Amino acid sequence: MNHSKVSELYNRHYGGLFLFIAALVIVPFVANSFLLSVLILVGLYGIVTTGLTMLMGYAGQISLGHAAFYGIGAYASAVMTGTYGMPGIVGILVGVAFAGTVAVLIGIPTLKLKENYLALATLGFGIIIFTFFKELKEITGGLNGFFGIPSFNLFGFAFDTDLKFYFLIWALLIVGILFSKNIIDSRVGRALRSIHGSDVAANSIGVNIQQYKLKVFVLSAVYASVAGSLYAHYVTFINPNLFTAMESITFLIMVVIGGSANIWGGMIGAIVYVLLNELLKEVVPMFFPNVGGEFQIVFFGILLVAILIYMPQGLAPTLGKVWRRLAGRKNKKAAVTGPPNADATVGGSKS
Amino acid sequence: MSKPLLEVKGLTKAFGGVIAVSEVDFHLNEGEIVAVIGPNGAGKTTLFNMITGVLPPTSGQVFFDGKEVTGNQPYQIAKAGITRTFQNLQVFENMSVIENVMTGVHCRLKTGFLQAGLRLMGVKREEQQAFDVAMSCLEKVGIADLAFEAAEVLPYGNQRLLEIARASASSPKLILLDEPMAGLNPQESRQLVDIIKKKREEGMSFLFVEHDMETVMGISDRIVVIDYGKKIAEGTPAEIYENEKVIAAYLGTEEEEEAI
Ligand SMILES: Nc1ncnc2c1ncn2[C@@H]1O[C@H](COP(=O)(O)OP(=O)(O)OP(=O)(O)O)[C@@H](O)[C@H]1O
Ligand SMILES: [Mg+2]
Repeated sequence: MNHSKVSELYNRHYGGLFLFIAALVIVPFVANSFLLSVLILVGLYGIVTTGLTMLMGYAGQISLGHAAFYGIGAYASAVMTGTYGMPGIVGILVGVAFAGTVAVLIGIPTLKLKENYLALATLGFGIIIFTFFKELKEITGGLNGFFGIPSFNLFGFAFDTDLKFYFLIWALLIVGILFSKNIIDSRVGRALRSIHGSDVAANSIGVNIQQYKLKVFVLSAVYASVAGSLYAHYVTFINPNLFTAMESITFLIMVVIGGSANIWGGMIGAIVYVLLNELLKEVVPMFFPNVGGEFQIVFFGILLVAILIYMPQGLAPTLGKVWRRLAGRKNKKAAVTGPPNADATVGGSKS
Repeated sequence: MSKPLLEVKGLTKAFGGVIAVSEVDFHLNEGEIVAVIGPNGAGKTTLFNMITGVLPPTSGQVFFDGKEVTGNQPYQIAKAGITRTFQNLQVFENMSVIENVMTGVHCRLKTGFLQAGLRLMGVKREEQQAFDVAMSCLEKVGIADLAFEAAEVLPYGNQRLLEIARASASSPKLILLDEPMAGLNPQESRQLVDIIKKKREEGMSFLFVEHDMETVMGISDRIVVIDYGKKIAEGTPAEIYENEKVIAAYLGTEEEEEAI
C-alpha cells in the first residue's frame, strides 16, 4: 500500500502565522494614531472579505449584497446596546441570528440561480435592506443616522481605546481566517470547491450542493454581521449610506484584489484596498483639486478589470510564492500548498 | 433469481416536443456489466441523466437496490450507491488530482462545517481515511504518481481515468460510464477494460455507453440497444450481433460515427 500522508496535501505549518502575529503585536506600538485607525478598518473589512472569500473564491457563488449583512450586524448592535443598554455580546448575537436568518431566507431562492442572476438578485436584496435601514426610522434613525453607540464591552472589559480595539479586531480576524482555513482543508472545503469546479459532478458524487451553498452563504453573512457589529461600536455613529450597494462592490473588489481562491486573500485585499484608498485621498487632490470620490470609483473599477484580466487569482498566490521562496520550502511541496490551480493559472498567464 | 440491482420501467423524457427517451425498460443484475448502445442522439446520455437524477423523468420509474429512486436528487442517488462519469469531462479543475478523488469519498464521511472549522476530534482521522481511499483508487487506475498534480493539467485520457477513480471512491454498487473510451488511444482503452473487469471482480456493477464495438462486445454481459429514444433490442453480445433490427439501425450510421 501507499505510505503517503494526508499532511503532504495541505500546508498546515504555522511558522509564517506566528511571524505575522508577532508583527501584528508590534505594529500598533510603532504606528501613529492615524495608521492605527486605518488598520482597524482593514481588520473589520478583512473579517467580511474572509467570509466572502469562502463564498466566492471557494464555492464560486457571487454576492453583491454583503453590505446588507454588515449593516444588519451594525444596526443590531446599535439598537441592542444603544437603545436597550444590553451588553455588546448580545448585540453581536442578535446580529448573527438576524443576518443568518435573512441569509437563509434569501439564499434558498437565489442560490439556485446561475452567476449573473445571482449577482443581480443579491444586489437587489442589498438595496431592499438598505431601504429598510432608511425607512425604519423609529428603530434606525433613518437617514439622520444612529448616534451614541457605546464602546464595546466584553465581560466587563471595555474596548474603549483604539489600541484595545485593534487587538480585538485582529485577534478575531485571525481566528476567523483559521476557522475558514480549517474548513477549506477538509471534506467541507472540498465539497465547496467541487461546486465551483463542476456543480453537476459534485452533485453526482454525493455533495448536496444546494445545502452547501446555503451554509457557506450563511457563514459569510455571519462573518459580515460580526464585523458590522464591531464597526458600529468603533465608529459610534452609523447611517444607511454606509451600507449601500457601493459598499458591497467594495467588498467584492477587495476579494478579487487579494485573490479569491486563497484564504488569506480577503485580508490581503482589504489591506491593499484600504491603503490604496488612503493614498488616493492624499495624492489625487494634489493634482486634481476639484474631483471627489468619483475618482476612486473609476480607479478601483479599472483596477478590478485589470486584475481579472492579468491576475485572475489575485495577489495572494503571488505573495504566497514569494513567502515560500523566502521560507525556503521545497518546490514539490509548494505546488500543493495553495489551491493547485492558483499557481498553475498564475504561471500560465505569464507565458 | 434475486431482484435486479437496477430496474428501469417505462422511462421517458420529453424536451418540449422532442421525445429523447421513450418508454425504456431494462434491468441490471448485481455484478453485471451492461452496455447501452445506439446511434448519436439516440438518448443514451439522457437515459443516464434520468437514472442518476440529473434530469427528472417525464414519466417512468427507476428502482435501485429494491427501492424506488425516481426523481431523487443526484446526491441522494450517489448516497444510495450509483455514481457516474461524464461524456464531456467534468473534472474539478480547481483541485489537485487526489483532492478530486477525495471529494468522491464525500458521502462516506461526516465532517461538517463546525467540526471542520474547530478541527475537532475525528476530522484528522477522516482526512487520512479519505486520502488513503483516494490514493488506492488512483493506484487502481494507474495514475497515483500524478496525485499531487493540478487536475486541469492532466492529458485527456488521464482525466477520464481520474473521473473513474473519483466515481469509485465511495465504493458504489453501480457505476455509470458515459463513453469512457472516447478520446483514449488503443492502449489506454485496453487498460480501462482491465480496470473495469477488475472492479467487477470486487463486486461493482457497470452500466456503460460506448460506441467502440470491440469493447462493447468484449466486456458486456448484456447489451441494450436504443434508437430514437426507444429500446429496439436487448441481449447477449452474440444475440445483438445477429439482431437484424440492430444491424439496420446501427450499421446504417456506423460510417457517420467513425467520422466524428
Ligand atoms: N437538455 C436538452 N434539451 C433539449 N434537448 C435535448 C437535451 N438533452 C438532449 N437533448 C436531445 O435529446 C436527444 C438525445 O440526446 P442524448 O444526448 O441523450 O443522445 P446520446 O444518445 O447520448 O447521443 P451521443 O451518442 O451523441 O452522446 C437528442 O436529440 C438531443 O438533441
Ligand atoms: Mg451521449
